Amino acid sequence: MNESRTAASLGANECAAPVRSSDLVIETHGLVKRFGHRSAVDGIDLAVPRGSVFGFLGPNGSGKTTTIRVLLGLASANSGDIRVLGKEMPQALASVLPDVGALVEGPGFYPFLSGTGNLMRLDAADPHASSSTRRRRVHDALERVGLSHAAGKKVRAYSLGMKQRLGLANAMLRPRDLLVLDEPTNGLDPQGTREVRNLVRSLAAGGTTVFVSSHLLAEVEQMCSHVGVMSAGRLVAQGPIEELRSAGQAHVVVQTPDVDLASRVLTRLGLVPAEATGTGGPWGTPAVVGTGINGRVPESIVAALVAEGVRVRGFTVENASLEERFVSLTGEGFDVVG
Amino acid sequence: MRSGMGWALLGSELSVLFRRLRTWAMLIALAAVPILIAVAVKLSSRPTAPGRGPLFLDRITQNGLFVAVTALVVCVPLFLPLTVGVVAGDTIAGEANLGTLRYLLIAPAGRIRLLLVKYAGAVAFCCAATATVAASGALAGVVLFPVGPVTLLSGDTISVGESALRSLLIAAYITVSLLGLSAIGLLISTPVGAMAATIVLSVVSQVLDNLPQLEWLHPWLFSHHWLSFADLLRQPISWTSFGENALLQAGYIAVCGALAYAKFSNKDVLS
Ligand SMILES: Nc1ncnc2c1ncn2[C@@H]1O[C@H](COP(=O)(O)OP(=O)(O)OP(=O)(O)O)[C@@H](O)[C@H]1O
Ligand SMILES: [Mg+2]
Repeated sequence: MNESRTAASLGANECAAPVRSSDLVIETHGLVKRFGHRSAVDGIDLAVPRGSVFGFLGPNGSGKTTTIRVLLGLASANSGDIRVLGKEMPQALASVLPDVGALVEGPGFYPFLSGTGNLMRLDAADPHASSSTRRRRVHDALERVGLSHAAGKKVRAYSLGMKQRLGLANAMLRPRDLLVLDEPTNGLDPQGTREVRNLVRSLAAGGTTVFVSSHLLAEVEQMCSHVGVMSAGRLVAQGPIEELRSAGQAHVVVQTPDVDLASRVLTRLGLVPAEATGTGGPWGTPAVVGTGINGRVPESIVAALVAEGVRVRGFTVENASLEERFVSLTGEGFDVVG
Repeated sequence: MRSGMGWALLGSELSVLFRRLRTWAMLIALAAVPILIAVAVKLSSRPTAPGRGPLFLDRITQNGLFVAVTALVVCVPLFLPLTVGVVAGDTIAGEANLGTLRYLLIAPAGRIRLLLVKYAGAVAFCCAATATVAASGALAGVVLFPVGPVTLLSGDTISVGESALRSLLIAAYITVSLLGLSAIGLLISTPVGAMAATIVLSVVSQVLDNLPQLEWLHPWLFSHHWLSFADLLRQPISWTSFGENALLQAGYIAVCGALAYAKFSNKDVLS
């Protein structure tokens, strides 16, 4: 519950008027990417507003990484239009990519070079990157992800989490307009996960738009202002996180020892009752969850319950959690579509 | 903004190439070849009969300056193509395997630029490889055998300084010979692993070059002129085979380079 409150306050200031095209940092129309006959990305229309932290959510194999590859020009689309930072892709790749930092499907480094050596190499690959500031920028980036102490160590000797951090440092070698992070917290310990979250927030506060993919809902809830939900290659929902949440159904939770009676009353009122898992409250009271409020005012439900003699020990109205929404959008949730 | 031309990537490529243990291991192995030859000749009591063994082997005992040339001759059919195959066949594929290819491309290195830089790296390795054999051969020769004026194939005699120059010329000739193979390696390595394929191709090419039935094919094989540097040991130097070889290699570079570009420029990078 704490988590959703954080997300709510983050999302609140983002619920704005419809976005104009020029305010979009990533914009696709009918983007399709096929592997053989299968569409890994099946006609998606992404709209990522400038300044947002956009959570790109979806179960394994839903097409997140493939979309990112196409956005960055690593793979070519079979059809559809792409605009990144307002420019047509992939024609404008060379002028767009210097302003984009990215982490794609895990880090990739030379094991025989040090952390510093790797970043120097990748920075040298960018013809726009100034060589006179290279050493300092590499140093700063390493510091930012907490790798200063391991900067001189060969990457061969890095742990997965350290490599992941080095990947993030690479994405931040220069001030960027857009950061594309594919599962940035993969392999990180809880401490590292929290650091990444804070890093993303501070980058966003500095005006960088962050497009972050994840299959972890909690993570997205905690740092994103916008969400796009992928399912089997399709974008099944997208928008400010609050909008997505409120599109779900609210439900009531009745704490009572009279579970059967309460269920009957709720059914008569047109709600769908279900016994809650676990018990709550100071007396270990069981609870009944009723979905399908359909505009009925909550106090009328309490009144009806009490009138029938249900001993109501607790009554709450809860908004749909994003998780329920996510599960309802992506089918059974976390099955891999293969 | 400095370094606008992006020469930094070339510098970085060379430094990565020559900071790799693998590169040094291969160069050390190559350096060992002339030393082994020189030591073997020194230790064997019987003088080598003229015309037996590799070119010039019989002359080493009289003049240490021949060690370098003999070693180069020995290395051309297998050792040099082997090491060049490892480097050239791993140019793009090696980056793809490490997962660094995608990060180079989104840096953005640019696909053409990356191909050019990768090829330049392979060329640098060819130079280093032949130079290593030549230098190590010269050193072994000077240490183990008498050194003096050299009698050429044409019967003329040249000074020690001039003969060192000729050795360098032969090293350059062999470097040029390897450029076509490097281009083939680059082509195969975009983007699948290609070390073995590159090496096998160099062997196949040399085998085909020895089949009289395929005489029509011989001038087109990239290995056709590999051992034809005897012209450089005549007085005056005949440049014909150098020119023919250079032209053939340039043709391979052009064709393989164009194909590599066509293949790589719109290839999906999914590693
Ligand atoms: N190189 C490839 N060749 C063929 N099919 C592929 C390839 N890469 C991905 N796919 C397919 O495309 C689909 C989408 O894969 P993608 O990697 O984009 O998923 P994802 O959303 O990033 O999943 P995850 O959460 O596991 O990272 C999958 O069904 C996968 O099997
Ligand atoms: Mg993925």
